[in-house]
Amino acid sequence: MDKKRLVELLRPYLMILPAMVGIFTFVVYPIMYLGYLSLYDYNLMNKAKSKFIGLDNFIEIFSRGDFYKSLTNTALYTAGVVLVTLLISLVIAVWLSKNSKFNAFVQAGIFMPHIVSIVSIALVWLWMMEPSLGFLNYLLKAVGMQPLQWLQSSKTALMSIIIVSVWQGIGYYVLIIVAALQSISPSIYEAAALDNANKFKVFYKITLPMISPQLFFILVIMTIGSFKVFDTVKVMTSGGPNNATNTLVYYIYEHRTTNIGYASATGMVLLVIIALLTFVYFRLLSKRVHYQ
Amino acid sequence: MTRAIHYTRQAMGYLLKSFILIIFVFPFVWMISTSLQTFRETLSYPPTWIPAIPQFINYVDAMRAGPFLTYFKNSVIITISIIVIQLIVMIPAAYAFAKYRFKGKGILFGLVLLAFMIPGQVTFIPVYLMMADWGIQRTLLPQIIPFMSNAFGIFLLRQYFMQIPEEIVEAARLDNASEFKIMSKIMIPMSMPALATIGLFSFVSHWNDYFWPLVMTDTAAVRPLTIGISMLRETEGISNWHIIMAGNVVLVIPILLVYLFCSKQIVKAFVYSGIK
Repeated sequence: MDKKRLVELLRPYLMILPAMVGIFTFVVYPIMYLGYLSLYDYNLMNKAKSKFIGLDNFIEIFSRGDFYKSLTNTALYTAGVVLVTLLISLVIAVWLSKNSKFNAFVQAGIFMPHIVSIVSIALVWLWMMEPSLGFLNYLLKAVGMQPLQWLQSSKTALMSIIIVSVWQGIGYYVLIIVAALQSISPSIYEAAALDNANKFKVFYKITLPMISPQLFFILVIMTIGSFKVFDTVKVMTSGGPNNATNTLVYYIYEHRTTNIGYASATGMVLLVIIALLTFVYFRLLSKRVHYQ
Repeated sequence: MTRAIHYTRQAMGYLLKSFILIIFVFPFVWMISTSLQTFRETLSYPPTWIPAIPQFINYVDAMRAGPFLTYFKNSVIITISIIVIQLIVMIPAAYAFAKYRFKGKGILFGLVLLAFMIPGQVTFIPVYLMMADWGIQRTLLPQIIPFMSNAFGIFLLRQYFMQIPEEIVEAARLDNASEFKIMSKIMIPMSMPALATIGLFSFVSHWNDYFWPLVMTDTAAVRPLTIGISMLRETEGISNWHIIMAGNVVLVIPILLVYLFCSKQIVKAFVYSGIK
């Protein structure tokens, strides 16, 4: 009898054990390890030569121009991607929200880039954005506009990367907004129609508040996702030209072999930013969001 | 008259929607077209739309540029192993979180949510050092075991399990069914849609993954397809776009094929993951 009770007591712990081992080994412990590394002048070849230097790495981070440059780039990139994606996907979603075969087909097409590897996407856009032979400049010239340098000029490189990210992401957000729009009960619109409310007012007073939980969700995952941007930068520009597209994660990546302690300290900064973003969003926006 | 206006408006709507569709599909068409052109055709101005003679040799050239059979094999092994391990780890954990009460459950589930929020971009440096310490950085393991616990999957599956009525589980227990049997005969069959969603999700994200293999690997023998294709620019020269695009098509085709045949399920899976 006692043995049976013990088994009952231990069973849930045994069932979650593998999952917890994974989370401890590959999330919790690495975060503590990262914090530890960030306080050291770490020597990869000879661990004995590693030196505890306290907060020196952090002091260095905040006194270096190239760090601020990558932080600014990341913030600009995030703002650009979030605003443009939210706006365009809202427009397209409202437009495709009627349940029809053709609309579903268009949605499936728009969504396609989202499930394709970012490597493929970066490579094909790199080719299309090629200044002398690329398709985009051919188009610009065909309609009588000045060709652009795209990724090869520090003035347009970040914008070019934003375009690619927006293009890849829109399909997913359209899907979520369309699903939200379709879940609004038609009777609400009928009531509004009885009141003779105009289209814009209906959208602003009914549709928007009704889908605000999903919009909020999109805002959070898009901001956090954008702060981690790396793949497009690595494949398309390697942070250049002139650090114009160097972002936070790329910055960590660049320092990971030459100065592990410094890269780890930057990783801690990224961790804090992501935690703050998550926290602030939940605090500020959850109050204004309508929940059913 | 009003009818004529109605039809014109409808036609305009179709036209504009088709235009939007083209913006999203065209780069893929361009990729395929370029992959079949000669080098000279890629240099022409205005650009070549359809190659005079399709150059399938580009694909052979691209695949000869590196050990692509190895890359492909690695991608398949890594993706399948991750999905299988995740399912084995995830199902009992989600079941325990959904149907048992035990001390520390709240904190432990909080850890799952924490794991959900912490990206690999934060943890990769310490994990790499750990892999080096364990002496396994020249194997495929660093690309597999860090993903053994799928926090998103545990979260989603737990939601699903919680919706299964308690009475069904109780009835099975009264019939002396073991907990293992309840899981395999009731819980799993009843949550197939969730499991399919999670599996598809893992397949897409790990087949496409670029960051993690990039920072974990330093030899060709353990690299997946994404890294191999991205290196074509270095091995084949930056302006050999016809070869690079051929490699690119090889990388995209498996995903697009899956998408072509079950776009509905994939779309549903992504919507579901977004709303819950």
